[in-house]
Amino acid sequence: MTDFLQLLFSGMATGAIYGLAALGFTLLWQASGTINFAQGEFVMLPAFMMLAFMSMGAPLLVSFGLSALVAVVVLGWVFKRGIVDPLFKYGMMPIVVATIGLSISMRSVIRAGYSAEASPFPSLFADKLYNIAGVTITLADVGTFVLAIALVFATQAFMTKTVTGRAMQAVAQNTESASVLGINVPRMIFYAFAINAVLAVAAALLVTPTYLAKFDMGESLGNKAFFAAIIGGFNNSRGALLGGLIVGICENLAAAYISPAYKDAVALVIFMVVILFKPQGLLGKKEERKV
Amino acid sequence: MQKRTTLKLIAACAALVCAGTAFAQQTIKIANIVELSGAGATSGTNFKNGVEMAVKEINAAGGILGKKIETTTADTQSNPGVAKGLTQKAIDEDVFAIYGPVFSGSIMVSMAESRRAEIPNFTGGEAAAITQQGNPYIFRTAFGQAQSFPKIARYISDVAKVKTLAVLYVNNDFGKGGLDNIKKNLANTATKVVAEISTDSGQVDFSAAVLKAKQSGADALFSYSNEEESARILRELRKQGWNKPVIGETTLTGQKVIELAGDAANGAVGHVGLTVDAPNPEVLKFKAKFYQEYKYISDHNGIKGYTGVYMLKAAIEKVGKLDRKAVAQALHGLVISAKKYPGVLVDVAIDQNGDLDRESYLVEVKNGKQEVTTVLPPVNPSLFASAAPAGAAKPAAKK
Repeated sequence: MTDFLQLLFSGMATGAIYGLAALGFTLLWQASGTINFAQGEFVMLPAFMMLAFMSMGAPLLVSFGLSALVAVVVLGWVFKRGIVDPLFKYGMMPIVVATIGLSISMRSVIRAGYSAEASPFPSLFADKLYNIAGVTITLADVGTFVLAIALVFATQAFMTKTVTGRAMQAVAQNTESASVLGINVPRMIFYAFAINAVLAVAAALLVTPTYLAKFDMGESLGNKAFFAAIIGGFNNSRGALLGGLIVGICENLAAAYISPAYKDAVALVIFMVVILFKPQGLLGKKEERKV
Repeated sequence: MQKRTTLKLIAACAALVCAGTAFAQQTIKIANIVELSGAGATSGTNFKNGVEMAVKEINAAGGILGKKIETTTADTQSNPGVAKGLTQKAIDEDVFAIYGPVFSGSIMVSMAESRRAEIPNFTGGEAAAITQQGNPYIFRTAFGQAQSFPKIARYISDVAKVKTLAVLYVNNDFGKGGLDNIKKNLANTATKVVAEISTDSGQVDFSAAVLKAKQSGADALFSYSNEEESARILRELRKQGWNKPVIGETTLTGQKVIELAGDAANGAVGHVGLTVDAPNPEVLKFKAKFYQEYKYISDHNGIKGYTGVYMLKAAIEKVGKLDRKAVAQALHGLVISAKKYPGVLVDVAIDQNGDLDRESYLVEVKNGKQEVTTVLPPVNPSLFASAAPAGAAKPAAKK
């Protein structure tokens, strides 16, 4: 039982990070109808931004703040204006292809410009261990889990409870009607991209101490987050969190009780099972186009 | 008139071709085919930097037989298929020797090409099988598992007196070779292997693997994975409160691992064939030079690449001409003295399979640094009787 709980807690911390990255997928989908397959690299790049600021002497939290600002410009504004806007009129497929290309480019640039080797990354939390009934829990695990959940719920609340959030959803559901209602469509879409960029920086802050800062760190994270988003429901922020937790916990349990060799296949198997029986995801709703 | 111009042109071209050939003869081309990305990026980058530093030194000192060395570098992406293709490309470019790949799985595939072309191929790969296939053109620049595992197994059973051992290994040629060798060498000892835990190359989360080690109830853990994964394993061990010995071979206590694992690396014990912290003036000189050149401390792979070039130099100078076949033959059975060739850092003997023998070290990570606790003698000290003593093997002496 102790072992099971150990795996459960460890999986929850990892799963919360998957959930945070998955939230980026659902957010962009809900607000702009876009799927960003460079989401993993959107987490990788801020990790290197923070390293760069820290190498200039900035403390971790200051580096986080500065990176969030740069990310809003680069991963928010530039991404929207440079890739999504010009391709939006051609439909979803060109955007998907472009973001796949973008992910490859981002990896290549960091590999060539920085290094292909992994770099250590400081943890936001103190190096403390707690032993509760035989289960060892780190402060980093607890902190990561709490922060990730808080961010997911804050984003959910923003999207559903605020006028701006509702306007963002209205834009995603029907751009023309939203425009007729007087909503500033380009601004709402930019907000979605900006929030996604800030969430990516937060995910980088939480995930990089474990993943280590490396040009390809976003690859598996992006895949797991994508599966998590679909499992939970692509149009539901809480679904992203649920999907992330399911993937994180099941991976850990499968690695311990079946074989570590099948660990990476777990997300794929759950994804296939879920879309067979509930194509819209566990918490997802069938798309209804109304404003 | 037109005919004369054509003749002049042909003559000019012929002169250019001759000049080109003459120029080609003035250089010794070597190819670096290494892991600059993927799971082996740390190993390959260090190995390449070591090779390039040795080349720079040798060229500055006049080259080999008066000829400068010219290097090209290619990235295998830690992919055996890519490594094979790049080796073929290097052969087409008529290189004199090939350095790399470092990963065992890659060299096992690519060395068939260098063998076919009769080109000496130096590798940092440690899987025992690499030199057990009768390939006369393959040479290690570090111990293979057949040389290092008897030493670490002896430490586990006789010195650490471990009764039960869990083995955590990476599921590739390197890791599986390590698992086979540790089991083989512990077979007739008091130490029993009670758990074999397979992990993946590039794996991020080791919580289940470490839990399995804990569940096995073993007295100690033998961890055998690549650098980044080793660092993550050490961090997970600390996270789950593992307080028993963690023992490894070569990669577990490397500089990059210590850098990435931070405090979690403290206490890890390993046998290393090469370390920049060896109590040897030539090695310490290498450490300082490497740091000056690349602004970081080399791991064992940097030494592998660096000494590999000096091994080639010693063999070419023994043969006295640029003949690949003769150089490969000369390397077999060659004992290189560190006094005559300081670049090999430690006296080294190369056997008929291309395996090495030399002194090696037991190290422990203390306060974020690798400390040599014991210098272990070569497996066959009699080979070194004629070699000069500088930097040579010393009898095992516990500090």
